[in-house]
Amino acid sequence: MTQQTHVPLADTPLTIAGRDFHSRLLVGTGKYKDFAETGAAIAQSGADIVTFAVRRTNLGQDAEAPNLLDAISPERYTLLPNTAGCYTAKDAVRTCRLARELLDGHNLVKLEVLGDEATLYPNVVETLKAAETLLADGFDVMVYTSDDPIVARELDAMGCCAIMPLGSLIGSGHGIQNPYNIRLIVEQSNVPVLVDAGIGTASDAAMAMELGCDGVLLNTAIAHARDPLRMANAMKLAVEAGRDAFLAGRMQRRQGADPSSPFAGRING
Amino acid sequence: MSIQANSTQATSTQTGSTQIRLNGDPHTLTAGHTVADLVEQLGLSGRRIAVEINEEIVPRSQHADTRLVDGDHVEVVHAIGGG
Repeated sequence: MTQQTHVPLADTPLTIAGRDFHSRLLVGTGKYKDFAETGAAIAQSGADIVTFAVRRTNLGQDAEAPNLLDAISPERYTLLPNTAGCYTAKDAVRTCRLARELLDGHNLVKLEVLGDEATLYPNVVETLKAAETLLADGFDVMVYTSDDPIVARELDAMGCCAIMPLGSLIGSGHGIQNPYNIRLIVEQSNVPVLVDAGIGTASDAAMAMELGCDGVLLNTAIAHARDPLRMANAMKLAVEAGRDAFLAGRMQRRQGADPSSPFAGRING
Repeated sequence: MSIQANSTQATSTQTGSTQIRLNGDPHTLTAGHTVADLVEQLGLSGRRIAVEINEEIVPRSQHADTRLVDGDHVEVVHAIGGG
């Protein structure tokens, strides 16, 4: 008998707004110790798409100070500007337009319009308004939203290129609090669905993928791990493992035990 | 917040100082009144930034031709870490 060898298993790429991506893990760049750690953790995660925020330039600071985009090269990664910190549609739209200028016309954005500071829960009314304006202005909109399937369906119908429901509150690490809603959104959506927010550890990311999500976006789970590089690796493997488990199709759960070794031929039979 | 509807393409030659709001704070321009001049004075030439005047983007290609006038609200932004 010839020895079986390991062969890579086929999967379709993650396609967002007509672009193919190898990695289904998307990562943020916040909360790291410094740009060196940011760059190393993101490289370790294997992510292709990396999100960042847009803020006023600190005018007092040394103009030669390192810049995030030195650590996260726009040549190597697909940069995804976000509208974190925006509480109105108007501010979110302004931020996206600034980001497009910042990135020389790049039009893929992560829209998030928040409801309040305590929960950072999405304000879906303002999110819908902002999405409408941005889509009309030629942006490709990946949209952070609640895990409400009806709102998700509306954003999908409007033409957003990815629906990104929260697993739980941003930065909370509480994982996926309503897997049934995530599954409903996955089943009804015509565009990729990514869990964005709430992932705390590798099993949360794997769970998102096992539910059939097309990807996971996370930041704090890596940045605030004791060892961010190792957690970046764990997340990479978890997303791959969860994806494979989803594609493989899990076994049926059953009430009782079912021995894996045959009864026949036991020495005590 | 009241935003004055100043033209960002003013053609009149300005002398003396120009008072603007820059990233939320008062700022006085004494020499050079274009966006390119401001960016240069801030030591940000060649840096990856974006500029907005009175909530309208000023494309990089227009920095040298866009003149700042009294009361303009200018935002200069860049990329920072975030999720």
